[in-house]
Amino acid sequence: MTAEVLLQGIVSGLLMGFVYALIAAGLSLIFGLMEIVNFAHGEFLMLAMFSTYWAWALWRLDPVVSLPLTAAALFLLGFATYHGLIRWVLGAPMLAQIFATFGLAIFLRSAAQAIWGVDFHLVKDPLVQGRISLGGIFIGLPQLVASVGALLAFVFLNWFISRTETGLALQATAQDRQAASLMGINTERMFALGWGIGAACVGVAGALLTIFFYVFPDVGSTFALLAYVTVALGGFGNVPGTLVAGVVVGLIEVLGGLLIAPALKYVAVFVLYLLVVLWRPQGLFGRF
Amino acid sequence: MDSSTVGHAKWPRRLTFTAGLVALALLLAFPLVFTLPYPRDVMIRIFLYAMLATAWNVLAGYCGQISLGHAVFFGTGAYTSTVLVKTLGLTPWAGMLAGAALAVALSQVIGYPVLRLRGHYFAIATIAVGEIVQTLMINWDWVGGARGLFIPIDRTGSLLAFQFRDKQVYYYIALGLLLLALWVTRRIERSRTGYYFRAIREDQDAAASLGIPVARYKQRAMAVSAALTALGGTFYAQYILFIDPESVLPLSLSILICLIAVLGGVGTLWGPLIGAAILVPLGEATRIYLGGTGKAIDLLIYGFLIMVISVIQPGGIMALAQRGRRRTG
Repeated sequence: MTAEVLLQGIVSGLLMGFVYALIAAGLSLIFGLMEIVNFAHGEFLMLAMFSTYWAWALWRLDPVVSLPLTAAALFLLGFATYHGLIRWVLGAPMLAQIFATFGLAIFLRSAAQAIWGVDFHLVKDPLVQGRISLGGIFIGLPQLVASVGALLAFVFLNWFISRTETGLALQATAQDRQAASLMGINTERMFALGWGIGAACVGVAGALLTIFFYVFPDVGSTFALLAYVTVALGGFGNVPGTLVAGVVVGLIEVLGGLLIAPALKYVAVFVLYLLVVLWRPQGLFGRF
Repeated sequence: MDSSTVGHAKWPRRLTFTAGLVALALLLAFPLVFTLPYPRDVMIRIFLYAMLATAWNVLAGYCGQISLGHAVFFGTGAYTSTVLVKTLGLTPWAGMLAGAALAVALSQVIGYPVLRLRGHYFAIATIAVGEIVQTLMINWDWVGGARGLFIPIDRTGSLLAFQFRDKQVYYYIALGLLLLALWVTRRIERSRTGYYFRAIREDQDAAASLGIPVARYKQRAMAVSAALTALGGTFYAQYILFIDPESVLPLSLSILICLIAVLGGVGTLWGPLIGAAILVPLGEATRIYLGGTGKAIDLLIYGFLIMVISVIQPGGIMALAQRGRRRTG
């Protein structure tokens, strides 16, 4: 293997890593707030991709153009999920919480299958296409745009959480629910907001992925699995940590594919996850 | 407690025993009455899934370790017996035991590191293990890779071959496996081990501080659970006569096993059986009446049902029944 192939791999792994990080950030935010893992996260992504696809198929809206709409739609979905489902299992045992979101995942996925069928859809002729060459390394423009977009969204999310009043209220709620509510923070609103923002992250990621990725009811499952690994690597609840973890996952995926075998790239990711949590059960940057 | 309540407590017990005997007799007579393959097939699958959920329940329901990767042990059972039939011509009955033994060994290798993780970290680690094993099997050509393995057809009708034209025999084997799993669970439930399991489930740190060797008992729960699950895997292979990573190792199977137990009632003896008795026919009915190849209407209903159950009754149907009994009793 030449150094060029390796470098090419590293670049594309890095690019994908930012998208993984954004998906995982939403998951991590929700977990940090209320210690619930959203097992329907992949299905949220799938819905974001379908809405992006339909915006294109029905109204010829390019994925990049419809992105704010998708993000808003997913925000509402997250908000509704909190009020319709999550709020009712807040005090329930962990198993009930797991299966509430698992049930939602199965429901959304089979609803998508019942309505749209199992066919693969692709946005044809998007605004962003082609590739550029940088010193012999080719970078697909869709991938580059997705990656930069994801990174920007991530930076915005981080700014929002750490610099705005609402963001700080979110963090306070994550740290100590009771203390936060004693300080006059409406924790119920914060939870709903957290679900909204978490889903909106996936909305942005889904819109960006749709530029170059097929859309089908099961599309979320692989991304969701990678997101769980990313979140656990970065440490549940640690949003900045997921950025590093996302990049690590992206790189391992590509390098595992190149150095071991393409079919085994996810095995490399999962093995890495097991090794990390065994060494540091709270993940690389976790605080639990 | 006065004598009348003791007498009162004794009666339902004898009643339960009689009811159990009647139910068993009915189950034994079922294939004699229903001679068509279809109703027998539905019953066989109820028994199989009830057995798998019962096995999962030992680890997750009683010991509190929520595994989302139990398909690994199911696949171990299916693949071990099948490979042994194909290479050595070994009877699947021996293969079944070998599969269970291998599953126990595997569960200890996986469990040693993974059982140290808690809560969601454990659940996600078991998903990761499941994905690793499935991907490896897809890419391992010696065991058929993604194409899977056909179990060699044996028409001698010998009991040793574990292949029968008549579903009746499968019916009794599946029922036997289910009874075995229920019996094992019952034994554990009433033993010191069972109390240790539940103590670990309720509060691991408290259990440890009381001197319960937490790690060893978690390993033990996983071993029992894995062995029983593997028995089901071999049965499945001999019943369907074809296995591939997509049918015996997917995450969706792991999830389905948990869903059945959750629906019926986690950490109860009869919960998994009740869950299977509802979910399996429900899947059949929706498939028939809503005619959905690829439409996934049955899954839509599953998903909705699971959401409703986890919101209104996290303890499953068993908790509902128990609450009702407490109210009337």
